[in-house]
Amino acid sequence: MGSTGKIIRKKDLTIWQKSYIPEIVKGLRQTITEMFKPKFTIQYPEERFKPQPSFRGRPVLVRENEVERCVACGLCSRVCPALAIEVQASETELEKERYPIKFEINMVRCIFCGFCEEVCPEEAIVMSSEYELVFSSQEEAVFGKDKLLMTTERLKDRLEFLRQNR
Amino acid sequence: MESLLLISLIKFVAYVAIVIMSVIMLVYAERRVSAFIQNRLGPNRVGPWGLFQAPVDVTKLLFKEDIVPKNAYKPVHDLAPIISIAVALSTFAVVPFGNTIELFGNQVKLMIADVNVGILYLLSITSLGVYGVTLAGWSSNNKYSLLGGLRSSAQLISYELSMGLSIIGVLMVCGTLRLDQIVLHQTTYLGGWLPAWNIFLQPVAFITFFIAAFAETNRLPFDLPEAEPELVGGYHTEYTGLKFGLFFLAEYANMFTAGAVITTLFLGGWHLPYAENLGLSPTMLSVLQVLTFCVKLVLVELFFIVVRWTIPRFRYDQLMNIGWKVMLPLTLANVLVTGAVILMIH
Repeated sequence: MGSTGKIIRKKDLTIWQKSYIPEIVKGLRQTITEMFKPKFTIQYPEERFKPQPSFRGRPVLVRENEVERCVACGLCSRVCPALAIEVQASETELEKERYPIKFEINMVRCIFCGFCEEVCPEEAIVMSSEYELVFSSQEEAVFGKDKLLMTTERLKDRLEFLRQNR
Repeated sequence: MESLLLISLIKFVAYVAIVIMSVIMLVYAERRVSAFIQNRLGPNRVGPWGLFQAPVDVTKLLFKEDIVPKNAYKPVHDLAPIISIAVALSTFAVVPFGNTIELFGNQVKLMIADVNVGILYLLSITSLGVYGVTLAGWSSNNKYSLLGGLRSSAQLISYELSMGLSIIGVLMVCGTLRLDQIVLHQTTYLGGWLPAWNIFLQPVAFITFFIAAFAETNRLPFDLPEAEPELVGGYHTEYTGLKFGLFFLAEYANMFTAGAVITTLFLGGWHLPYAENLGLSPTMLSVLQVLTFCVKLVLVELFFIVVRWTIPRFRYDQLMNIGWKVMLPLTLANVLVTGAVILMIH
């Protein structure tokens, strides 16, 4: 195709070609072979889509050694274009000295852009592979720390992906 | 006399039930086959393999609100779908789906009405179908509906002609207007081995009839009356609920009938080649013949469906060009050649 292909005008066609028949037969052969090919459909409740590590699912807080990595610097909340993240910092006896006493993501506002993950200096907030988000009210859509924390084992693929591609 | 009436009644009830169920199943088949062509699965949730999807959809349509536009002409608006479905269902009455069988001492023909001008009946009834579409387009008082209706009438009139002319070739070969006689004529063998189906005797007529059948049933290469990108929904834009359902069923019933007519006229009807040499009992043979008819019909319908998902829509001028400049001369030439060959043989 493109500029190298010869331009075929209608007057160049033979009567056989003008009769549409060869092209129709070609088309029919295409559709009939297509019929017996494997289907793309994933039958959702029974089969589920397994995302690649590059998939941006809902953002979660990384939990390492029973405590979150987050130091409540507030950069994610600052960068969030949809203003979905709210962080309140507090002090702790641990080495990191600060921790979020309150960390909320409003999942109705979140647009899954991944800016929070990109900006985080501690690699404490990452996009997980979870895509099933259901809530029945606005209040329920605000995810607190209880719902956001996720262990490093479950986020292994994503953390590995980030290490290689950042 | 009484038993004849009873047999007719039984045949009629069975026929209506079978045709309506097959038409509903045809909708399912279309959705399933189109899905397979597009590497999807199609409806597969309601019932085994999704077989109940189409009946459920029809039931849903029955319960939907019937909206008539404020400026529509209501009597005609109501009448149009009835015309469409009545015409679509009554065409099937003359199609024989099996040889004459003996039942309780009576000779029973496996067709509803043994009309001695079967083909003429068929042609005249199918031409009535255009009234349903055109009246629907006109009475809706909507420019898109009207355009759809107009296109439909123009298209049906131009293709009716080549349809009738291609049938003339068959009539000249068979020498009868009765559809069961035409099928019987096709049960002989040419040169002792090739079944004398009209597709072999009249290939040109077969192709032109097939193309005209696409146009008559408003199927895709010629579905200008309801070209979605241009005309919203065409003539049935302003229809909802049951009346829309009737149009929908009429469309598929037309397709079903077209398939049956093609099978009868060109593909040997219920004739299964060499089955009469198997030495089966008459009952077994007639069951086999009805099955043969069904299989042929299903294959033709499948071809209709696959073509719909293969070939894009024609432009309006291309449609008219093919109708008047290609199909009409071709069918006329076919009649001429057939006549000359028959004259030479006799």
